[in-house]
Amino acid sequence: MTTTEQTLLEAIRGAMHDALAWDARVVVLGEDVAVKGGVFLATDGLLERFGALRVIDMPIAEAGIVGVAIGMALHGLRPVAEIQFADYLYPAIDQILNEAARMRYRSNGDWNCPLVIRAPFGGGIHGALYHSQSVEALFTSTPGLKVVVPATPHDARGLLLAAIADPDPVLFLEHKRLYRTLRGPVATGQGATVPLGVAACRRPGRDVSIITYGAMVHESLRAADALAHEGVDLEVIDLRTLVPLDRDAVLATVRRTGRALIVSEDNLTGGFAGEIAAVIAEHGFADLDAPVRRLAAPDVPAVPFSETLEDAFMVSAAKIMTAARELARY
Amino acid sequence: MTQDTAQPVAAVGDAPRPPDGTDPALLMELYRQMVLIRRFEEKCQEMYTKAKIGGFLHLYIGEEATGVGAVSALREGDHIFTHYRDHGHAIARGLDINALMAELFGKVTGTGKGLGGSMHFADASKQFWGGYALVGCHLLLAVGTALGDTMQRKPGVTMVFFGDGATNGGEFYEALNFAQLWKLPVVFVCENNLYAMGTPLEVHSSVTEIYRKAAAFDMRAERVDGNDVLVMREAALRAVDHARSGQGPVLLEAMTYRFRGHSAQDVQKYRSKEDVERRRSGDPIEVFRRQLLAWGVIAAADLRTLEHTIDDQVEAAVQFAEASDEPGVEWIRQSGVYAAAITVDPPIHGE
Ligand SMILES: Cc1ncc(C[n+]2csc(CCOP(=O)(O)OP(=O)(O)O)c2C)c(N)n1
Ligand SMILES: [Mg+2]
Repeated sequence: MTTTEQTLLEAIRGAMHDALAWDARVVVLGEDVAVKGGVFLATDGLLERFGALRVIDMPIAEAGIVGVAIGMALHGLRPVAEIQFADYLYPAIDQILNEAARMRYRSNGDWNCPLVIRAPFGGGIHGALYHSQSVEALFTSTPGLKVVVPATPHDARGLLLAAIADPDPVLFLEHKRLYRTLRGPVATGQGATVPLGVAACRRPGRDVSIITYGAMVHESLRAADALAHEGVDLEVIDLRTLVPLDRDAVLATVRRTGRALIVSEDNLTGGFAGEIAAVIAEHGFADLDAPVRRLAAPDVPAVPFSETLEDAFMVSAAKIMTAARELARY
Repeated sequence: MTQDTAQPVAAVGDAPRPPDGTDPALLMELYRQMVLIRRFEEKCQEMYTKAKIGGFLHLYIGEEATGVGAVSALREGDHIFTHYRDHGHAIARGLDINALMAELFGKVTGTGKGLGGSMHFADASKQFWGGYALVGCHLLLAVGTALGDTMQRKPGVTMVFFGDGATNGGEFYEALNFAQLWKLPVVFVCENNLYAMGTPLEVHSSVTEIYRKAAAFDMRAERVDGNDVLVMREAALRAVDHARSGQGPVLLEAMTYRFRGHSAQDVQKYRSKEDVERRRSGDPIEVFRRQLLAWGVIAAADLRTLEHTIDDQVEAAVQFAEASDEPGVEWIRQSGVYAAAITVDPPIHGE
């Protein structure tokens, strides 16, 4: 097994490339994925290498892309569908929640729906109303669907390969702000997958547990470095997979620190942070030295465009520091 | 009903004189709008390169004749919906370019007070209901305002702009079917610029003559030269008239071409530089300018004066945007989530 330095985007592109090379059932489809190479160039070069039957340009019709991919998955293929922005999952939501997520259940466990839907999500790029959203909570609440959010290039590759190999439908959310800004070592080779459903401890600490995912992992690590100078020691847990959720890892970190700060880029009400808080309240109550605390974006319907407003909207290292400091003092 | 297809007006581009009865002042106004859009867009690109404008920027350069010709057929009280490539339609509808530039700069004096940016220009006072970034979604909203006009016995017409790529999604068919079923006053303007982002027309649509898609609904449709502002205007006038007189909706397919990338970040792997260069020789603004001079409608010196005035206006818009204030951060919550604000008690931590 070799290790190379890659951006998050390169790691994702590499995973798709290798999956196409290793497994004849894998097909990549989506808007502009072939000739253009993808809106973010995540599929650049795949058409040239694998041809137009394995890398398919689809018309702008998200329900169509997902619906067709479901049929392909039922019938022995391994489709990897790209939805250009997570915001455009909404037009396909019926296919995803009503169909993909139910195929196994309606067939009493007989049918496989090994479908991966990749979608860039998240704010911080001045995308405004329809190019910035965090959409995970809409999908984590439907059993039958797995939801993965990688935070490092290594995990992006390993989790994407695991998602493609998984017999169930997986929504794979990639933070677009990290695509080119994040570089790191990536283990390549066929065995280098990262299992779904296992969280990672990114930084051990004694005082407060930060439980988070996606780009917020990096904001949390920045906050942890800064707070270390003040003598507050943060532990940072990267969930990596929201469904299935690694409850053991969540409860274990709370056992170590007694304080939980759940950080999410999504807005607060109804967000996935609430689910984690509930798990801790139900199963980790005796370990707590302070109330569970959530830090999330304001409850407004969209991310604003203006840089000033967007900066203020987004959860940041500075906000995490303030919240963690308060919690440590409780 | 039969298709009213291609062959609209005789190609005005080759005509030795302007169409009968065309007011020279109108010709000048159309030219002014087209140049204003072009210069505004060029300035946007410059400001984007200087990082004064962020996010996504979809320029209308090359497509000016379509928007200007089509919007010129509307009256006060008519409605417009458009997509994320919305600068041209907004300028043609007379939105203040200071407020548009300020929006791009994310300033509080912008059309959306900095909340929306490039893809979401809007002005309710002009029933310019805005740019919508989800391809195709706004076609249904347009059917709704048209139904609103019909039910309230108002004479308004709704014009909705979208691309060739938007005609493959369900909303397009839902909108056409219902609008025709109820004979609603909608003019659907498909800007066929031959690409949906990086996917060529023949790769994304089984029928490449988009106007023919209306046949499934027995809807009137026309394919027109969207690069000839007078041809576009004539077709739009016919369509608006048809819609306003209660005869039902019309689909116009305007053939056009964008000279720049899909967005400011597009490397354009899907078409060659030569393709674009060849198209540039038919630049709708250059062609119209030559016509105006050949027809003797206006002197070259007057055209230059007009162009300088426009340059100054665009420069002034940048200065206005620069000098404007950032929105205050309290605006994130105060901008209106519900008609009556909901306060949470106890308050959310840290807020
Ligand atoms: C529902 C949805 N899917 C995908 C996109 C991404 N996207 C933005 S513009 C575009 C191409 C649209 O092409 P077309 O309709 O021809 O309009 P043009 O940009 O050429 O004017 C795509 C795929 C989107 N904005 N909304
Ligand atoms: Mg197009």
